[in-house]
Amino acid sequence: MFETLILMLDATLRVSTPLILAALAGLYAERSGIVDIGLEGKILGSAFAAAAGAAVYGSAWIGLCFGILASVGLAMIHGFACITHRGDHIVSGVAINTVVAGLTVTLGLDWFSMGGQTPALSGDARFTDITLPFADALASVPVIGQIYSNLLSGHNILVYLAFAMVPVTYWVIYKTRFGLRLRAVGENPQAVDTAGISVAFIRYRALIICGILCGIAGAYLSTAHNAGFLKDMSAGKGYMALAALIFGKWRPVPVLLACLLFGFLDAVAVRLQGVELPGIGEVPVQAIEVLPYVLTVLLLAGFIGKAVGPKAVGRPYVKERE
Amino acid sequence: MSQPKVPVWVNVALIPFINIMLAFLVSGLVILAIGEDPIEAAGYLIYGAFGYDEGIGYTLYYATNFIFTGLAVSVAFKAGLFNIGGEGQAYIGGLGVGLVCLALDKTMPFYVIAPLAIIGAGVFGAAWAYIPAYLQARRGSHIVITTIMFNFIASSLMVYLIVNWLKEDGRMAPNSRTFEESAWLPYLHDFFLPLGIDIGSSPLNFAFVIALVCCVLVWGLIWHTRWGYQLRTLGTSATAASYAGIDTAKVTIWVMLISGGLAGFVGINEIMGVNHSLLLNFTAGYGFAGIAVSLMGRNHPIGIVLAAILFGALYQGGAELAFELPNITPEIVVVIQGLVILFSGALEHMFKDRIEGFFIRRAVA
Repeated sequence: MFETLILMLDATLRVSTPLILAALAGLYAERSGIVDIGLEGKILGSAFAAAAGAAVYGSAWIGLCFGILASVGLAMIHGFACITHRGDHIVSGVAINTVVAGLTVTLGLDWFSMGGQTPALSGDARFTDITLPFADALASVPVIGQIYSNLLSGHNILVYLAFAMVPVTYWVIYKTRFGLRLRAVGENPQAVDTAGISVAFIRYRALIICGILCGIAGAYLSTAHNAGFLKDMSAGKGYMALAALIFGKWRPVPVLLACLLFGFLDAVAVRLQGVELPGIGEVPVQAIEVLPYVLTVLLLAGFIGKAVGPKAVGRPYVKERE
Repeated sequence: MSQPKVPVWVNVALIPFINIMLAFLVSGLVILAIGEDPIEAAGYLIYGAFGYDEGIGYTLYYATNFIFTGLAVSVAFKAGLFNIGGEGQAYIGGLGVGLVCLALDKTMPFYVIAPLAIIGAGVFGAAWAYIPAYLQARRGSHIVITTIMFNFIASSLMVYLIVNWLKEDGRMAPNSRTFEESAWLPYLHDFFLPLGIDIGSSPLNFAFVIALVCCVLVWGLIWHTRWGYQLRTLGTSATAASYAGIDTAKVTIWVMLISGGLAGFVGINEIMGVNHSLLLNFTAGYGFAGIAVSLMGRNHPIGIVLAAILFGALYQGGAELAFELPNITPEIVVVIQGLVILFSGALEHMFKDRIEGFFIRRAVA
């Protein structure tokens, strides 16, 4: 029983990682007042770029760089449309998701001639699992040792990075000058502008951070979690991250918990496939799969708590001129 | 003195034309980047879409779906709502069609099934839009997020229903049994052949006519009824609408019901017209494409029909293109679609303001 739980929590960490990275990416964007529905497209674009880079240069790190570049590039297109040209944030996000969905397959077929996939990655082209110090020695210790060596140890570097990004984000958002300005821009851009700070510049910087984090999330999918790029491999993770962002009410630690909850539900769904539960019978996998979305809808509707986003989110800021 | 106005043709023709040309230009660069000749590619695409009778039939068959989802998005747009859930509403609309056909096809004639199936599509699609609409109108949750969530919920629900309940017994393929012919919408080529007109055999079916009827109805509803006036007022200014005594919550819900019903009609074309069984993922992105169609068609039924035919041509021509040039996937069409959304939606102000400014200055001078 305990070992099953450890295994499920282990799976939870792996599934949650891209959600955490993408949800934090969305947090920077939305806290600065930019709605980012394009998380999905950025993850997919980065997954492709990272896998392609890793396949060509044989290094997961070079792949990661390509992934981040692609994702930041897409974030800049989003910024150009939403900040510079006051376009609709949602429309821009949908555009990015659509373009990327088509472009990854088109370019993939041309570059690798494998029906839109990238070659299978192995060795240095993938992020491999890290064994934490003393993990092997402690493996026989009951409970604590098992947790340490089976649950906490043995993940790749990006998993640890994702979890490390949570306190970092907390610090940036709440404890730095940039974070204060970022939050202010999302709540009341006029006030920030009056103070002589460029609203557009802050929002662009928020989107660059958003792009970097989505880039890591995408690289994780194709070069760490899987060994190569598959068509549409982001499979709605960007949208689920968006749900987690709302579920976590735009705050770093609750967002982390929401991602872990959604990841855990995923692990449960896999585990319960075809299993008869006593007294309930077989629970359809789909019923557990939809829970993150149902929970988010219920939260948004105010049935479980209240989710209030940044006040100026989604509204283009037009500088007043005399 | 009246304010100088931008000529109508600039807004309805020139700006959409520039946007689509930009989208084509960038896609042309992509094709160039993968080492093919864009002009040659365009030639295959146009030939595939319009060059022969079957091609035209396929183009119009795809266009039928785009008209439905394009209208769905634009009705909501007109009221200032962004219905991104067309995909889910179309999916559930198909469920409505499928259930009616599966229940009645053995006992009832076509004339009974067809209207009931159409109602089924509309009611199921509308019902799926009702919940996000209600939550937006009465509980203030954002309709974009809820409709996205409902797309995923619809997808899981359909997998569950088809795999666990509606799947044909003893078969592995996740689709329902094929309907009896009494539940098939007639193909247009079957309709024209007795009249001596051969239009080739394509999946183009009677749903295309229904789509055109929907265009007329939507046009009448939005521009020629009191209710349509309320809808447009809400879309222009929600504050003005509530000052004028319009029950904005009620209008929001009604608009979304109509929008969802229109999206649900995709099910008629796909389930009753072509596949003749209920299957997974028949919506294939038509719901999202509706956003591009609606933006391209400037939210007007005539524009939507034209944009739908354009996208239908891209889908059909894209298949032809991929056949002729194996280096290119049909997904290149998705790139074009995304670029259309980018240029005519997200970046609409980039050129519009300048072009309009140019014409206003000229009118003043």
